[in-house]
Amino acid sequence: MSILEDKSLQDPPAIPAIFHGGPLIQTNAAITEPAWVRWLLIAIALGFLSLFLLLPLAAVFTEALRDGFGTYLTALKEPDAYSALKLTLLAAAIAVPLNLVFGVAAAWCISKFEFRGKQLLISLIDLPFSVSPVVAGLVYVLIFGAQGWAGSWFAEHDIKVIFAVPGIALATIFVTFPFIARELIPLMQEQGTDDEQAALTLGATGFKTFWRVTLPNIKWGLLYGVLLCNARAFGEFGAVSVVSGHIRGQTNTLPLHIEILYNEYAFAAAFAVASLLAGLALITLLLKSLLEWRYADQLAASRRH
Amino acid sequence: MADFSPPDSAVTHLPFRRRRAIPGFGLTLGITLSYLSLIVLIPLAGVFVKASGLGFEGLLHTLGSPRVLASLKLTFGSALVAALFNAFFGLLIAWVFVRYCFPGKRIFDAFIDLPFALPTAVAGIALTSLYGPNGWIGSLLSPLGIQVAYSPLGVIVAMTFISLPFVVRTVEPVLAEAERELEEAAATLGAGRWVTIRRVIFPTVLPALLTGAALAFARAVGEYGSIIFIAGNIPMVSEITPLLIIIKLEEFDYAGATAIAAAMLTLSFVLLLAVNILQAWTRRSARR
Amino acid sequence: MDITIKNVRKTFADFPALTGVDLHIESGELIALLGPSGSGKTTLLRALAGLEPIDAGQILFGATDATNLSVQARKVGFVFQHYALFKHMTVAENIAFSLSVREGKTRPTSAEQKRRASELLELVQLKGLEKRYPAQLSGGQKQRVALARALAIEPRVLLLDEPFGALDAKVRKDLRRWLRELHDKTGVTTVFVTHDQEEALELADRVVVMSRGRIEQVGTTAEVYEQPATPFVFDFLGSVNLLAGEVQNGKLRLNGLSLPTDSQLSGPVDVYVRPHDLRLVEQTSDGLDARIISVQRTGPLVKAVAALAHDASKMDIELGHLDPMALALKPGTAVRLLPVSFGLFARTPHAEVQTLPDVVPNAVPEQRGDRARA
Repeated sequence: MSILEDKSLQDPPAIPAIFHGGPLIQTNAAITEPAWVRWLLIAIALGFLSLFLLLPLAAVFTEALRDGFGTYLTALKEPDAYSALKLTLLAAAIAVPLNLVFGVAAAWCISKFEFRGKQLLISLIDLPFSVSPVVAGLVYVLIFGAQGWAGSWFAEHDIKVIFAVPGIALATIFVTFPFIARELIPLMQEQGTDDEQAALTLGATGFKTFWRVTLPNIKWGLLYGVLLCNARAFGEFGAVSVVSGHIRGQTNTLPLHIEILYNEYAFAAAFAVASLLAGLALITLLLKSLLEWRYADQLAASRRH
Repeated sequence: MADFSPPDSAVTHLPFRRRRAIPGFGLTLGITLSYLSLIVLIPLAGVFVKASGLGFEGLLHTLGSPRVLASLKLTFGSALVAALFNAFFGLLIAWVFVRYCFPGKRIFDAFIDLPFALPTAVAGIALTSLYGPNGWIGSLLSPLGIQVAYSPLGVIVAMTFISLPFVVRTVEPVLAEAERELEEAAATLGAGRWVTIRRVIFPTVLPALLTGAALAFARAVGEYGSIIFIAGNIPMVSEITPLLIIIKLEEFDYAGATAIAAAMLTLSFVLLLAVNILQAWTRRSARR
Repeated sequence: MDITIKNVRKTFADFPALTGVDLHIESGELIALLGPSGSGKTTLLRALAGLEPIDAGQILFGATDATNLSVQARKVGFVFQHYALFKHMTVAENIAFSLSVREGKTRPTSAEQKRRASELLELVQLKGLEKRYPAQLSGGQKQRVALARALAIEPRVLLLDEPFGALDAKVRKDLRRWLRELHDKTGVTTVFVTHDQEEALELADRVVVMSRGRIEQVGTTAEVYEQPATPFVFDFLGSVNLLAGEVQNGKLRLNGLSLPTDSQLSGPVDVYVRPHDLRLVEQTSDGLDARIISVQRTGPLVKAVAALAHDASKMDIELGHLDPMALALKPGTAVRLLPVSFGLFARTPHAEVQTLPDVVPNAVPEQRGDRARA
């Protein structure tokens, strides 16, 4: 072995990765702050996060258990809560798969092909993020409501959209529309088309190429998108509130159920249901972080931290 | 029957039909455009069509009413304050998380996204109970004469909460990729730490900071769920614009609701445009 | 300003980057730090700039102890490998940066800053580019702007990290010559880091060859190339053949061949011979029998590989294409080789024939070899 190829002679691994922390701060006095400044800034940042994030979370669980565990369970076992949970799951079960198909299709045509208006298309896909959820709900009322354009036709055929499950599902789809697409687009753009072209030259069909080559490369990014999409679908309030009609036991989702309980001063029950959703949010954060730590290299660059 | 087939086979060479190495362009673009149109574009266009039916007079009548104007002022003013607040703390948090090492960093890092994951209704009642007169924080503030819940201050608190992650998450990657060498170069040229941060690091992250703040602002303006619990919804004082849309709907004043919605949508487009320009700027300044 | 480096040590985590470096650099000298990656050359350069605090030792600028001076206070001009130009500032603003960050009264007026910037741009032959942004410059231009920016602080020492590493071959050659001229004009003590031996040999007054965190040899370009002090230097500067031999009574024995040497060594030795120091001699003369395996002509050189008859080890041979012997080089022909110049080093445990020895870290003087010319 030549001296030049001796791996042990390669650059020291020790210019520390900035992100994971590091000894960078200790080793390079030239580009860091004095220790007291660092700790002061860390204290401010963590103080702010605790005040604004951890405290509200703690409040949810404290309030939920204020009247004891028995009351807590009763609130969750209530039939209205149960039917709200079912409706929430149903809305998510409709919205997430549809947005999944859309997200994959959009990411495929945007990342694998060049065409005019691509940048505009990407912006339009992001559009629902900047539209107020209340406006999102309103647009469906304008179309499908009693006085809406399509309202009379649906009424004649005895199909209820507004104040019924289809409306709630539509509103949920709208607000969760971009999640999966915007996770996949940058990821698939980074990956390019080399793998797919290789698969095609080896005789794979288009669908086989997607299934056996593309999908394995994007599966963690896809899961990440589904996770975020799902969390939002469970929690959507504004848009669903406009189209649901708030019919107890029928068109109430969990967040709407919380509102009703809260307005009826059934605080403990409201917080009990809220704690359920907060628990789901925590699980989402946990899974999301696990994905970021474990499969960082297989997520879009902006998610690697 | 007339023959409508093209006289020249060259017509088949439309750019759309051009053979591409990878299959599925037509199918996926078709799905994308149809779904996007059905779910988003056509319904949103409907709002503008309906609003234009009201005429200029009608729009002005609704938007010019004192109650609507007060709500717009409250919504935009609070969103601006929340965005600025988050720009400052978001930058600080991004800095601390990118540059420093401390115990519990990963857990705190995961929690930054809580406002994205926590349903807004849950956030709303949690913040209300915290900042209410008997809440953990409210009870500390009320002796000082500061009332957060059921006041415009509450609107700002809720908006700050829900838009907190935007600035952090847009600034973090830019800060992480900023070359260490630039700071070292500044040091060898005699610049102290503060000067380096102000004149070298800050200009580098500025486009990302503005993008994050614009995203936070857009989100805060449209927010409904968390605010209605804590705001108290007092007309002319703490009533936000999205709530007014719902009130109009409940009064079956579809025209009024549409007018307000059209105004908010226009603003969404302007913000979206601004964010796009900012992002293009971010990319450009990252490249050069 | 002359620089004295005394027993400087630096360890990253558990990687020893500098293991006791001593060096004196004369005022106005142009010095190259040469070595493979991981040899500690960049760490040494950064330590001089104050960018890397050292664990032990001393760095003196003239008579002043600079060891604990901050980066800002050292007044060294540092040119980074990737230039580290501030992207949001124009060329003129980049160059004037050091002037604009001075405190209070020492800060020149903005007119004065502009004047200085144009002056320096003229020096680096980039007049007229004041308003450009770094993104609008070519690699070579960026390099010059970085240099002008470093010169703006009127540095006591100029330090350059792989100054030509990111440039293509043609630009590199031009800039090299230009840097030499600039150095001769300004007379600033200059240290640059490179892993390119040609660059070091062509540009520097003296070359410091480094390996594994210590200095292997310091010398003029002729000294390090013609009289390598260690097997490492032999190997790193140009290619080399390794043979096994034995020294007895002032004679080097190489499989029956006996060559005179003034080496103080005795017993088994490693013999280092450069390809162009292997002469082809008549079959009647003394030499090592070998058979040509392959011949390749590259530009003005004829390169051949020959297998020695006694142990089949392969030797690289280089001849000028005008050399009459070059005509005899055909695969299969029997030749006789005579080493006309060689280096002798005591046999190290690693040194098996055919492969070069790993250099033992912290080699003690006994392991350093003597050098003989036949």
